[in-house]
Amino acid sequence: MSADGDQLGPQTKAHFPLLTRQVHGKPIVYLDSAASSQKPRCVLDAMNSYYETINANVHRGAYEIAAQATEAMEAARAGVARFVNAPSADEIVFTKNVTEAINLVARSWGGANLGPGDAVVITEMEHHANIVPWHIMAAEKGFELRWIGVGADGQLDLSNLDRLFDGAKLLGVTAMSNVLGTLNPIRRLADAAHDAGALVLVDAAQYVPHLPTDVQALGADFLGFTGHKMCGPTGIGVLWARAELLEAMPPFLGGGEMILDVRKDGFLPNHIPHKFEAGTPPIAEIVGLGAAVEYLDDLGMDRVREHEVSLTAYALRTLEERYGPDLAVHGPSEPACRGGVLSMSFQDIHPHDLSQVLDDRGVCVRAGHHCAKPLMRHLGVPATTRASLYVYNDTSDVDALADALGAAGEFFAR
Amino acid sequence: MAGLEDLYREIILDHYRNPRNRGELEVPPAVQAVGFNPLCGDEVIVYVDVQDGVITDVSTGGQGCSISQSSASMMSIAIKGRKVSEVRRLVRAFKHMMSIHGTGIGGTGDDLDDDGDTGNGAGDVKLGDLEALRGVVKFPVRIKCATLSWNTLVQALDETFA
Repeated sequence: MSADGDQLGPQTKAHFPLLTRQVHGKPIVYLDSAASSQKPRCVLDAMNSYYETINANVHRGAYEIAAQATEAMEAARAGVARFVNAPSADEIVFTKNVTEAINLVARSWGGANLGPGDAVVITEMEHHANIVPWHIMAAEKGFELRWIGVGADGQLDLSNLDRLFDGAKLLGVTAMSNVLGTLNPIRRLADAAHDAGALVLVDAAQYVPHLPTDVQALGADFLGFTGHKMCGPTGIGVLWARAELLEAMPPFLGGGEMILDVRKDGFLPNHIPHKFEAGTPPIAEIVGLGAAVEYLDDLGMDRVREHEVSLTAYALRTLEERYGPDLAVHGPSEPACRGGVLSMSFQDIHPHDLSQVLDDRGVCVRAGHHCAKPLMRHLGVPATTRASLYVYNDTSDVDALADALGAAGEFFAR
Repeated sequence: MAGLEDLYREIILDHYRNPRNRGELEVPPAVQAVGFNPLCGDEVIVYVDVQDGVITDVSTGGQGCSISQSSASMMSIAIKGRKVSEVRRLVRAFKHMMSIHGTGIGGTGDDLDDDGDTGNGAGDVKLGDLEALRGVVKFPVRIKCATLSWNTLVQALDETFA
């Protein structure tokens, strides 16, 4: 049995070629997986192999490699569906990222279903990707945008849950905050929203990469996630939605692939999911995402979660022991209630200055508002320094972070 | 490789810890402009009071990193009491220094305007203490921190003469 916090990281690190490099002459300590994860060799190989052996456009040619490319893409779709326990692969719509997935729902479903007198409920801890599309649509359609605030210990304030969804048509909520790490009670919220006749859109960008995901058990109607935060490539995301919703929604983007027939007087949309996949898709990226979910499946998402809880506990303990009140970690204090996202305020050092000193020591963290400015205003800080953990991190990375924080403190105290 | 000492010169940290001309001015007669750095969330507010083509008073507010705040502080000293036409030339000279074209990355940085290029209209402008920010160019992601207050100043001046 490995030490606490080292259940997975020391073994998996070797799967990720980038983690062997140095920055500024020091071994890289990558702690920014909440922004984008690194990619294991098997994902890179799958994408290369696609280009080297079966590259062709999909759903078109009758020749051998075109059929193989189509098979590879649809096999990835089936793998992604299994990974989140979707009832059918037809419910998996490939998008560019979560941002596009949410914009698809806002434009297509929202455009057809929202108007004056309606409300869309979102939370103060949403990423801008689950705020701005609703601002845009609210200005166009005249519905109310209603906010769930953040209360104590980085949890949503659900004190008025019984009236929260009055007149609401949709709840948009993050399953895990990219700033606080808070794991929101999605099932409880979904049940309350459904009781009031509202649908539920879950931003699972930070959830699917880190916890076993069952879209049916969560009670979601729409759920978005993205490949590049879960060992896959950039440029490929997923919108999962219940089939009957997708069937009823008007198309989002128009073009090739998304039609059954086009005439001078109109068009007939394709069946789902192709109805929402206009144009040539990012085929290699889809293949890469398919390899990524296989990789995570092989590790086992239960083990991934166990590892991250343990490493988060180690990190919280280490930082508390070394820096006490000089360092605040925003969000839930209990590791079991949160993901491995540590948004820190350290002494009075501005996050941008802090991350500069950390970078000098090879430690990669994110400084800034994390695309969550309403939450920053609630926390009363302009920005935070965020370290985030994933399958390849271990206690040595946390120790390097703690040492680098100490060096930053000394540097700015001079 | 550029070291942290190139970036965090003592004079920069001094202006960060003890910012000059910090606060607000009454609007009007002063004009206010707000600048944002969407990358990191930094925010700079610049107040300028212009009388007869001269910046008679200046104040800055907002929140941000040592580079953005010290740059605002040093800027306020450099422009107070100066003619707007001179200040616009100073802005051009400063932004020239803050461009990769103006200061070769990794170079000594001593060659500003030595190339006889006065096309930026800033060839004879003395930057004084602002020279301390030259090292920022070696850290390209921080250039926007250093130029934030200057871009905001231009907004305020443009509004004054709108």
